[in-house]
Amino acid sequence: MDNKFIVSSSPHLSGTVKTKTIMIDVIIGLIPALVASIIIFGPRALLVCAVSIAAAVIAEYICRKVMKRENTIGDFSAVVTGLLLAFNLPSGIPLWMAALGSVIAIVVVKQMFGGIGQNFVNPALAARIILMTSFPTQMTTWPSPVDGTASSTPLAMIASGNTADLPSYLDMFLGSRGGCLGETCILALLIGGVYLVIRKVISPIIPLTYIGVVFVFSAILGQDCVMQILSGGLFLGAIFMATDYTTSPLTNKGKFIYAVGCGILTVLIRTFGALPEGVSFSIIIMNILVPHIERLTEPKAFGVRKEASK
Amino acid sequence: MASYSGGILGMLGFVKSPGAPVPHRKSTKDMETVDMPAPAVVTIPMSMHIGAPCTPKVKPGDQVFVGQLIGDSDAFVSAPIHSSVSGTVKKVDAMLSFGGTYTPCIVIESDGKQTPDPSICPPKVKSEEDLIKAIRDSGLVGLGGAGFPAHVKLNPAADVKKKIDTLIINGAECEPYLTADVREMLEDSWDIISGIQTVSKLLDVDETIIGIEDNKPEAITVIQELAEKNDGITIRVKELPARYPQGAEKVLIKQCTGREVPPGKLPADVGVIVMNVTSVGFLARYLKTGMPLTTKRVTVDGSAVAEPKNVRVCIGTPVKDVIAFCGGYKGEPSKLLYGGPMMGTPIYSDEQPILKNTNGILAFDRAEAQSLEPSACIRCGRCVNACPMNLMPTMFEKYTAAEKIDELKRLNIMTCMECGCCAYVCPANRRLVQSIRIGKTLVRNSGK
Repeated sequence: MDNKFIVSSSPHLSGTVKTKTIMIDVIIGLIPALVASIIIFGPRALLVCAVSIAAAVIAEYICRKVMKRENTIGDFSAVVTGLLLAFNLPSGIPLWMAALGSVIAIVVVKQMFGGIGQNFVNPALAARIILMTSFPTQMTTWPSPVDGTASSTPLAMIASGNTADLPSYLDMFLGSRGGCLGETCILALLIGGVYLVIRKVISPIIPLTYIGVVFVFSAILGQDCVMQILSGGLFLGAIFMATDYTTSPLTNKGKFIYAVGCGILTVLIRTFGALPEGVSFSIIIMNILVPHIERLTEPKAFGVRKEASK
Repeated sequence: MASYSGGILGMLGFVKSPGAPVPHRKSTKDMETVDMPAPAVVTIPMSMHIGAPCTPKVKPGDQVFVGQLIGDSDAFVSAPIHSSVSGTVKKVDAMLSFGGTYTPCIVIESDGKQTPDPSICPPKVKSEEDLIKAIRDSGLVGLGGAGFPAHVKLNPAADVKKKIDTLIINGAECEPYLTADVREMLEDSWDIISGIQTVSKLLDVDETIIGIEDNKPEAITVIQELAEKNDGITIRVKELPARYPQGAEKVLIKQCTGREVPPGKLPADVGVIVMNVTSVGFLARYLKTGMPLTTKRVTVDGSAVAEPKNVRVCIGTPVKDVIAFCGGYKGEPSKLLYGGPMMGTPIYSDEQPILKNTNGILAFDRAEAQSLEPSACIRCGRCVNACPMNLMPTMFEKYTAAEKIDELKRLNIMTCMECGCCAYVCPANRRLVQSIRIGKTLVRNSGK
């Protein structure tokens, strides 16, 4: 035999969308919000992001080395985690806390469960909650976008009944308000979201359902539903966090149920909980329910008749 | 299940959009078929079909003619085999086939004259039984790739036959690179129509539909015109979206009739028989001339082929001779395939022969042949979205690794047709089809 030929299972062609290209797309989708955060909160926002990303990538690198596994920093997922965590922090946070958050996200939440694709909750959100419970003061000191002095978030104002000082809808939409550095500019988040939908990186089911449910449910409860969807981290959470592949259902029906759950929990926590904001907790709780939702929404195989499958 | 293409909502990601956006790469579609002269030696395996292998009817030293019966079987599900050259039988022996099993093969040295068997004459068909016998004698098997004996498919039990109301002719040719079927439609259009007339009368169907992907507008025009001109029966041309895998039998039936073949059932169970365009075309030629299946139109293409072509070759011709006829290899060939890149079978040696159901030979260079290293599944759901059978490929992979046979069965793993859409779209290069094949074997071996 002159030539040795490769024998492998079909298919012998592969698409061009790879884990790395997906992660790069997510980073591109986050850039408008990054730019907006620098405009709104100043260069310190960029510094927090840089520290957070660097810590995440280094933590992933060391972790894989220690565990003697092939290195995965090349897939850019650690960059996404670092950036998303930074987006969930106030711009004035001590830098070491941002770095610590990244290390927790990567080491504890992601790598200890097996790395990319294996974590059962969103690493950035879980790290945020750990930081929140560990350093409540620093995590809720919001520099005002106007003068840098400490301010209050619109949701905290609503919770304390101080609705007179609430920013206008336009300010809320453009992001000139107190809050985590990446969550305030709805316009920028929407641009990123549309980009991800066009690139088919995310399905629009989760963001639209999530935001829609918050809108409708808060309206039913007699709240200012426009203010409710524009406040807090809803757009950031709905577009970039709840759509995390690993921690959301595989099926379209599952995605819908999951997003409805996120929406209802968010409104319930905002309205009845001790905390003014509930996006992080809602998504984490629904993350945990994903395997069950998936099991309930398994698609019916081609040709299986409805009555026969029951 | 959602409508097949998914439409606008599918494009936006609201609903499933089954299938995979594979590149077409049909650069040979305008290349007229070239006849390749008979090679010096042909190797004809006794098993080129689904069913019982044939028993050799000749022995070394025998003189044979083109079209002479050289292998046959008494089994019902089998198809006779004929010599594709005239010459001398050199060897009758078990040889290692592409699938890794030993199959009896007949090696014939060609005398270069291509003398047809003098006893060949058009079959006399007076009754249905005559026709079925003629189809069997022709050696016809499903030429789209499946290789199922045609006389078995076209001779269903009487109660099943009563239910069959639709004949679907598969001209989708959704695999990248392959253009053998589109050339059949363009070059032998009348044969297809005449073959359809024969089969539709035999099965007494109400409707005949030819499904053709819309990336073959010339073929659609030609067939449409002839379908209108023919005054025997109504033939409807169904334009299919050029999205892999339109030509998969179950998908094609759904697209043409809206019917879904249940898991483990045959098209006949929903009143449909599907045949490939080249199969019906051949049948018409056989009824006219009586020359059994001894040649095959094959698309030769791929990054390691110097001059891609459509070639008509003698069955049994070694692949390397066909490649040599197409200008030889270009660069270093690393992978050879029978058929298209999505479902084709790799062969370990270019000494392997062209089979009855070979419709393409692809040779890939090193860059194209290399399979990408798998990384961890990120649970993106692209495989679930792409599966035309509405299955969950990533779950199959996990359950196969854990040998959870009950879960594999519950999720209908046997419905998978191994079209490869899941593995194609997987961003982590997971070897999903490979896992599913292992999973199916687990289920089969479990005997449950």
